[in-house]
Amino acid sequence: MKLELGYIPIADIQFAKVSKVEDGTLYVDQEALKAFLYQDDDVRQWVKDFTFDIAKPGESVRITPVKDVIEPRVKVEGPGGQFPGVIAKVDTVGSGKTHVLRGMAVVTAGKIVGFQEGIIDMTGPGAAYTPFSKLLNLVVVAEPAEGYQDNKHAYEHAVRMAGLRAATFLGELGRNVEPAEVQVFETLGIREGIARYPDLPRVAYVHMLQSQGLLHDTYVYGVDAKRTLTTILYPTETMDGAIISGNCVSACDKNTTYHHQNNPVVAELFAEHGKTLNYVCNIITNENVYLADKQRSSDWTAKLCRLLDLDGVIVSQEGFGNPDTDLIMNTKKIELQGVKTTIITDEYAGQNGRSQSLADADPLADAVVTGGNANEVIVLPKLDKVIGTLDFVDVIAGGHAGSLREDGSIEAEIQVITGATNEMGFNRLSAR
Amino acid sequence: MLLVALFFFCGGETVRSSLHDLVITNNPLVARCLPETYSVQLWEQLNYEQILIKVRDCVYAGHRLYTHPLAGSVKPNETPYRSVVISRTAEELSCDDAALIASAIETFGKFTPRHRELTEEMLRDFQLVDYSLLCAALEIDPLEGLHHKNETNYRTRRCSL
Repeated sequence: MKLELGYIPIADIQFAKVSKVEDGTLYVDQEALKAFLYQDDDVRQWVKDFTFDIAKPGESVRITPVKDVIEPRVKVEGPGGQFPGVIAKVDTVGSGKTHVLRGMAVVTAGKIVGFQEGIIDMTGPGAAYTPFSKLLNLVVVAEPAEGYQDNKHAYEHAVRMAGLRAATFLGELGRNVEPAEVQVFETLGIREGIARYPDLPRVAYVHMLQSQGLLHDTYVYGVDAKRTLTTILYPTETMDGAIISGNCVSACDKNTTYHHQNNPVVAELFAEHGKTLNYVCNIITNENVYLADKQRSSDWTAKLCRLLDLDGVIVSQEGFGNPDTDLIMNTKKIELQGVKTTIITDEYAGQNGRSQSLADADPLADAVVTGGNANEVIVLPKLDKVIGTLDFVDVIAGGHAGSLREDGSIEAEIQVITGATNEMGFNRLSAR
Repeated sequence: MLLVALFFFCGGETVRSSLHDLVITNNPLVARCLPETYSVQLWEQLNYEQILIKVRDCVYAGHRLYTHPLAGSVKPNETPYRSVVISRTAEELSCDDAALIASAIETFGKFTPRHRELTEEMLRDFQLVDYSLLCAALEIDPLEGLHHKNETNYRTRRCSL
């Protein structure tokens, strides 16, 4: 399967009378965008109003509470469309040509539950912890309709759909724009791959998906991941929106849709494909709460690794606590099949960093990359403008009573920051 | 009846069934919303950690652990609510289950206690997320129970020390 990604750099976003992409500027007609969002019945029922705002890198702006971040893309050649099974029909994606509005994102924000977290600071110390401070963000703030308190599952769904629809609307504006750069990604069939790279180690990516319930879900081709069995994807399918995010707690280590579209493990494995390794495929597996599901899913992951005759895998998890058990079960069972593993996780090692980092461990999990300690405390200074609301800062994960200080600054653990300890390794900060 | 007998005879340990499950919880929404076929022990006076300890004692007594005691990403020092599913009947002690629940209690201890005033709305939302995670584990529709939440026989499920 071969996919061409054509990147259209976006250097500015402006509100305008007509929506278009011209000379690197994205012009957005707010009324047309709103009308497109309201074409969805659920959005119409549960979202009373939308407000749109633009947040640029370096501005004194705080966006919170963030639900999802999405990169606008559009399929210009080949089967399917963006977000198959959700927005587009369910055709298999990952081949043909896709245009990407690069350098920007849609950010959905607004209240869903009363302890909701997710902060993106566009400047200051907090900005260093989130990759989204480097993007031009079109923020979609949703205001719930009457009665949403008793229908939060429906409301969460509506806001999720609104974000995907906004990204679809904007992505479509890039359909007829000539990309500045084109990259090609190709995955060969099993036999072809072995024939072309007979001496390279066969490596796959075990991509664990959060799948536990309200605000903790992931969807694959529109299917709730908790209802899936461990299976195989072409890596390019995820670039075309096959996997979307329905989760946002804790903000630091939840994969947004943007992370799935731009998965850094996929990018690195493609970069090494044919040079130091043969990138075979992605194996997606869930992180269910029911222990028998964990056993089944990890058994299947190990089984597929053996069936594919892999030499090594990269395993990334999503979340903390319960998924640590999936991570260790996967790793242990894959190692016992004779396949080497390297895992990517983050840590909850306490504010002093001295506690056991994971809720589970095993001697076979001996190659670990960390995304950082989510309990690390940070002080976020007052910023001039808030998009969304600060109502939840005192109760969000990592915050504590008095988090929001009198001078407007926030003292909190970095787990409140969207993407701060991302377990795909999407972070900007590193240490040696 | 025959089907039920067959089910037990075949030892469908890993198959979800309300007949096998016992829910230990301090979340009143769970007690109100789960179908009546589920056996629920509601311990409203216990906190998150005490629910884990209650579950640990059940595991020591031979109940199997069916759901992960640290379900969800709302941290133990944020949400007051915890629901864990164990087997209704006690059999032999499972060392794996005992290790898992012990590890969960140890993990709980890593989180700094917070002393915050939680509003009624926040409590309701914490209850909702805990209930939603439980429903996901049990493969039942959370909306069904929410729709009938004021109708079920909730008092009979209340436990006390």
